[in-house]
Amino acid sequence: MSGPSTYQPQNSVIAWIERRLPIFGLIHSSFVAYPTPRNLNYWWTFGGILSFMLAVQIVTGVILAMHYTPEATMAFNSVEGIVRDVNYGWLLRNLHASGASMFFIAVYIHMFRGLYYGSYKEPREILWILGVIIYLLMMATGFMGYVLPWGQMSFWGATVITNLFSAIPYFGESIVTLLWGGFSVGNPTLNRFFSLHYLLPFVIAGVVVLHVWALHVAGQNNPAGVEPKTEKDTVPFTPYATIKDAFGMSCFIIFYAWFVFYMPNYLGDADNYIPANPGVTPAHIVPEWYYLPFYAMLRSIPNKLGGVVVMFGAIIILAFLPWLDSARTRSSKYRPLAKQFFWIFVAVCILLGWLGGKPPEGIYVIAGRILTFCYFAYFIIVLPLLSRIEKPRPVPNSIADDVLAKTGSSKTPMVSTVIMLAVAGALFAGSAGNARAEEHQDNPPSQKWSFAGPFGKYDRGALQRGYKVYREVCSTCHSMNLMSFRNLADPGGPGFSAAQASAVASEYKVKDGPNDAGDMFDRPGRLADRFPAPFANEQAARAANGGALPPDLSLIAKARSYERGFPKFIFDFFTQFQEQGPNYIYALLHGYVDPPKDFKLPEGSYYNAFFPGHAIKMPKPLSDDQVTYDDGSPQKLDQYAKDVATFLMWTAEPHMEDRKRLGFQVMIFMIIFAGLMYFAKKKVWADAH
Amino acid sequence: MTTASSADHPTRRDFLFVATGAAAAVGGALSLWPLIAQMNPDASTVAAGAPIEVDLTPIAEGQDIKVFWRGRPIYISHRTKKQIEEAQNVNVASLPDPQPDSARVKEGHDQWLVVVGICTHLGCIPIAHEGNYDGFFCPCHGSQYDSSGRIRQGPAPANLTVPPYAFLSDTKIKIG
Repeated sequence: MSGPSTYQPQNSVIAWIERRLPIFGLIHSSFVAYPTPRNLNYWWTFGGILSFMLAVQIVTGVILAMHYTPEATMAFNSVEGIVRDVNYGWLLRNLHASGASMFFIAVYIHMFRGLYYGSYKEPREILWILGVIIYLLMMATGFMGYVLPWGQMSFWGATVITNLFSAIPYFGESIVTLLWGGFSVGNPTLNRFFSLHYLLPFVIAGVVVLHVWALHVAGQNNPAGVEPKTEKDTVPFTPYATIKDAFGMSCFIIFYAWFVFYMPNYLGDADNYIPANPGVTPAHIVPEWYYLPFYAMLRSIPNKLGGVVVMFGAIIILAFLPWLDSARTRSSKYRPLAKQFFWIFVAVCILLGWLGGKPPEGIYVIAGRILTFCYFAYFIIVLPLLSRIEKPRPVPNSIADDVLAKTGSSKTPMVSTVIMLAVAGALFAGSAGNARAEEHQDNPPSQKWSFAGPFGKYDRGALQRGYKVYREVCSTCHSMNLMSFRNLADPGGPGFSAAQASAVASEYKVKDGPNDAGDMFDRPGRLADRFPAPFANEQAARAANGGALPPDLSLIAKARSYERGFPKFIFDFFTQFQEQGPNYIYALLHGYVDPPKDFKLPEGSYYNAFFPGHAIKMPKPLSDDQVTYDDGSPQKLDQYAKDVATFLMWTAEPHMEDRKRLGFQVMIFMIIFAGLMYFAKKKVWADAH
Repeated sequence: MTTASSADHPTRRDFLFVATGAAAAVGGALSLWPLIAQMNPDASTVAAGAPIEVDLTPIAEGQDIKVFWRGRPIYISHRTKKQIEEAQNVNVASLPDPQPDSARVKEGHDQWLVVVGICTHLGCIPIAHEGNYDGFFCPCHGSQYDSSGRIRQGPAPANLTVPPYAFLSDTKIKIG
């Protein structure tokens, strides 16, 4: 480790340990006395943020593993069991799922920081390569983790990505069979992904130790790209960097908390709320957002093996960066051309990411090919060329000079940054606008929901009426497998008393047994029983419904969604709009209209304006006066649709009120805490030299 | 890194540091709680542990059955007159874990003994109608219980636990 080891323990117990295992001295020299460049900006806090997120993912992951069952017929329900029944399970699940996205946001910022400031250059090449290894391990871990809930996207994403290996000539098919443990993605695959998903984060932790070690050998880079020369250039890591990292971390936690408590499904895919079905492929198979740029590159190459090579090449090429960019000047702050190409590269990555989520048709394919070329051109053409021809601006003599000087160099980066981002944004908006116009004419109109927004609550009356509609109409064909009778009495729900819920339960006949004679028998339902399904199995359900399977309704309000397009999806993040599911349900129930003249309606189907494909097997289920309301509410289709959609939102997310309540408390606390941290940081830094 | 001037009385800076430190400690403790609370039984386990009803009519005098509640075996014994007398006539003070029979059965229903069938020594399941006291015998280490489920001999320190139960009628009990 670099840095002076001036650690003299006062405490005799610590001195006793220190003599036998100098761990306190190690911590002291690495994280307390360690000389840190004093001109680091907040882009340097992301290393600490990443360590924090790794710890969060490991802790929440180990806890989730206490309740999760990695078996194909039980995995999906075990995850729902965590969310519905485990104490704070909904919170732990949200922390882990959103945490993965936060982990990747932080790692991308961390990597772009390294790119911009030349942190990969001599003598930090191994540090950079260790980082690439960590990134690869993160991608593997994230991929396997997403398979574990065993939803539609879990299963089909696993199928597509494992099938990539079949592109390998000669051995490909055998390798894929080895990975699967079977002839397709199935239970063996799930089991081994669970084992490896539990293992890899600890491998990541080990490589992180090497990464920090390599960092401490060379010392941190800094925005000027000039190595520390004297003591005036550095400050001790504690308290200066420690408190700055802590402040950065608390701001990041606010951002994280927004996802956890207010937009938990924003970065996810609604299709993953549908249990995996090997017989039905989703309309659009899309990986999680952090893989999208690579997915776009994969699909840009018309050759199967070529696509795989290009996709993996796009990551591997990062490892060669120290040799591709041999410019002497480290920081792009002093490299006017390199700086502009950097921002173009950032725009290319963002656009590739956006393209990865689009269907591979028409202009998207052409754009993908151009941008894939641009991505590689940055590494293979631009950087080597710039190393040779660029005339950099003079770097400061020392870090201390850089801090003391008040040059206007801070202005120009902002200007070129803004230009590049504006170009990227315009490209984005322009292509988004055209492509989306046709897609959004079919979007359901937005309704007002009592549970929308940061303080939204379920309307108890609506829940009770909606339950009545479900029970009297929908439950004839639609199961509700994830709900139990006891849920009717849970707080945040329809507000039945335990006795009322017990009475409801006893009205049902539930199969139990076998008795001592070996026979199954019927008995009245109890609180602990689940809502019984109308059909014994899928085949019976299909036979009774003209071949179509009425979907289970427990999660339907989260399993159905639609794109809102640009720029709505940006505003939605701030307004917390996440009511696509209920809007869709409401619209569907109203959507039984006459088909347009040229529409070919298949035999046995009905036209619905909002059902994808417009031909639905379910006849219009609800009409005025079908269900009697005892509370005087209007017995109109409009009211039924509103109430049953509210009820179905509750069955999909029984803990929504808990989520929003705790979210408010956490946000208030974190905002106050971040404020305290800010002033504490300012006070500590006022002392620097 | 405090300056010398703060030595006399707490400055605004000290207050800031103390406040921030306290907020961090409180926040840290509050965020630890869900990580621990999640290990408590979840809602479905609690629901599955709800009280059960047992019909006593099939149990003849001298017979016993074993039911499970919350994962534990519970003996329901229909005691004979001889067993009841033996249980009631013991000198309570001489017992290793003194308890009168009347405290272990329900009033008016002393022919019914309901005990958790887990030996209070190290948790094995004692065998009914065995041993020298016409009660239970634990094969693991030789503990012997009488017809009231009280420990008489052997390493077990306490009587067999009586679970919470109540008579809904003369022929039906609710355990839990």
